[in-house]
Amino acid sequence: MQLARVIGTVVATIKNEALDGRKLLVVQTLDKNLQSIGKPMVAIDSVGAGVGELVFWCRGKEASFPFKREDIPTDCTIIGIVDSDAHVTR
Amino acid sequence: MILARVVGNIVATKKNQRYENARVMLCQQITPEGEDTSYTVLALDAVDAGVGDTVLIVQEGWSASTTATGKAGAAIDSAIVGVVDRIDLLKSVR
Repeated sequence: MQLARVIGTVVATIKNEALDGRKLLVVQTLDKNLQSIGKPMVAIDSVGAGVGELVFWCRGKEASFPFKREDIPTDCTIIGIVDSDAHVTR
Repeated sequence: MILARVVGNIVATKKNQRYENARVMLCQQITPEGEDTSYTVLALDAVDAGVGDTVLIVQEGWSASTTATGKAGAAIDSAIVGVVDRIDLLKSVR
């Protein structure tokens, strides 16, 4: 799991049917100082996150566990919204 | 999932059985702004993507196997699961 900033949205009409109705967000992973590290990725949202919010995401098969249908093909899911940047203490 | 552009496909006559009838696409990872990165990856096509399409590639074994071949447990770690129509980015990162 890593911290990330939601920096955009993705629209895809043609997609795997299990992804129908799911929100696709572009996330930029952050380090402990909230600076960008690595390339942005596309994540599925499970908590109602929006653009600009600080979130954390989970990768791997476990990323599909938040959904009732565990057959959602994803390797990156947003599983929490950090209350604010100030709520990251270090 | 990563964003990528389909740049071609590969033909392999001798391959793992589970790859029968699958289209193996050559994909170049891109940034959300559309610029190429240095990462090139092969992914099985599960949505009829074509060369030039911007796509979403899932890189997790179970998801890739089930979307591309219908069942889990194949030696597949990347599959194209969506064709991207548009990407909207925050103004501050554009």
